[in-house]
Amino acid sequence: MYSQGLIGSGEQTTETPEFLAAFQARIDADEKIEPNDPMPEAYRKTLIRQIGQHAHSEIVGMLPEGNWITRAPTLRRKAALLAKVQDEGGHGLYLYSAAETLGVSRKQMTEELISGKAKYSSIFNYPTQTWADIGAIGWLVDGAAIMNQVPLCRCSYGPYARAMIRVCKEESFHQRQGYEIMLKLAEGSAAQKEMAQDALNRWWWPALMMFGPPDGASEHSDQSTRWKIKRFTNDELRQKFVDATVPQAQRLGLTLPDPALAWNEAEGRYDYGEIDWDEFWAVVKGNGPLNKARVAARKKAWEDGAWVREAAIAHANKRAARQSTALAAE
Amino acid sequence: MPASLVTALIGLADDHLILGHRLSEWCGHAPMLEEDLAMPNIALDLIGQARALYSYAGELEGAGRDEDALAFGRLERAYRNLLICELPNGDFAHTMLRQFYFASFMQLFWQAAEQSADATLAAIAAKAVKEAEYHRRHCAQWVIRLGDGTDESVRRMAEAVALLAPYTGEFFIADQDTCDVIAGGILPDTQTLQPAWQADVEQVFAEARLVPPKDVYAQKGGRRGVHTEAMGHLLAQLQFMQRSFPDMTW
Repeated sequence: MYSQGLIGSGEQTTETPEFLAAFQARIDADEKIEPNDPMPEAYRKTLIRQIGQHAHSEIVGMLPEGNWITRAPTLRRKAALLAKVQDEGGHGLYLYSAAETLGVSRKQMTEELISGKAKYSSIFNYPTQTWADIGAIGWLVDGAAIMNQVPLCRCSYGPYARAMIRVCKEESFHQRQGYEIMLKLAEGSAAQKEMAQDALNRWWWPALMMFGPPDGASEHSDQSTRWKIKRFTNDELRQKFVDATVPQAQRLGLTLPDPALAWNEAEGRYDYGEIDWDEFWAVVKGNGPLNKARVAARKKAWEDGAWVREAAIAHANKRAARQSTALAAE
Repeated sequence: MPASLVTALIGLADDHLILGHRLSEWCGHAPMLEEDLAMPNIALDLIGQARALYSYAGELEGAGRDEDALAFGRLERAYRNLLICELPNGDFAHTMLRQFYFASFMQLFWQAAEQSADATLAAIAAKAVKEAEYHRRHCAQWVIRLGDGTDESVRRMAEAVALLAPYTGEFFIADQDTCDVIAGGILPDTQTLQPAWQADVEQVFAEARLVPPKDVYAQKGGRRGVHTEAMGHLLAQLQFMQRSFPDMTW
């Protein structure tokens, strides 16, 4: 689950105008670019960064939801949550593989994540405090991710586009599951309704921030759009999300925490209040409630697991050496 | 018979729930992404098996307890899982060796239970045996890799072997309720499974170049609800929602 305007790009390209024009012609003809095709260096780097951020988001996203696996309220919910978190890990795996087709290794990307250099979706730096947060994440965070990822199924880079098709199917299942958790809470006791409303209050604005900075402030949308990596602007996607989500909240009988939210008849969309961009940038720059804890958890898993990975390689080498000795003896 | 069967089924379900809980604690913290997928996947199978067993036990009992009432609504002394299932995870070597021991045992158990005189149990066994077989294979491969890997992995595996040794004997001890059910041809006599389990462990240990433990004193008590100190803390998490918000629908 990932949805954020790419942060920190702005690659320069040094290829000849003829090369760039030929590449653009392929993009304009809606041809898919495949791993061994010639491509501008900036295209490659932008994709590595975007797919890497996307993969990291899936992996870091396992932590806030994983926080509730051992405390899920019923066995059915526990099984569904385990399956969901496992799906997110699976998305991470496809995405790392997609990025690897561009000449970067999973190890390199992981090291960038745990050094704090690589970004991931800012939403995962918020804490999951109650069971309703698991519902709110499925409904809103996976919902926002779908808005962003459905257009990515038509992304010009083939491996990314194909990975997104499968990812989107699973995300849409997660979103329905999250909404169903909220529905049960909304139909439940006063304590359950209060839990659901509180979760919505805390997750709504961070969910809107997932689409990234407003269009005026986004540094690289234009090039990404020309290359058909990105098909809609951050604000366009955010608006689609608000328009889809308001009626869903109404059906739940919950109130979105935005007094400025109102239907705009003339424009045929919902107007919404000002997003706190200071908060957004604080979280992106590492000062969200849990940025340090999330990176530390990934670093700990990576470092604590080093001996396991080394042992697996050592064993494979021993096995190969024994086999070749046995073959030589025959 | 039904009362004994209910008790025996709850014990078996508890094994799966509690071990599944432990395994799920790894989610997001595994040594590699592949294991971040494999361990929750195994945990999911274990929770699924627990659900089938609790539901059947509740149905036979006829006292209105469903899978969740059984899974979340009892005090520690009423949980009847084997002690090995509740031990804290330790490192990856400890987790994988435990899972291998359990899966190897359960594969044999479910194979035998496919012949159960009870049709529902035979059906549960037929599904579970395939899952246990996969779990066994996955974990045995890790025992071999780590046992025959680096100096550090060899040391860690040897430690895991020593730490877990006292807890495998309980697989093969039947309490009175279980004996009644065994006599009825409903559940397999685990004592008869011991030689095959031992042979499986020895074969994997030989490939892993690990030394099997000798002269081990078997800890027991789980089937009587006498647990380790780790169990209460596990239940505090497992039961948190049901205790904080009783009698609600989720």
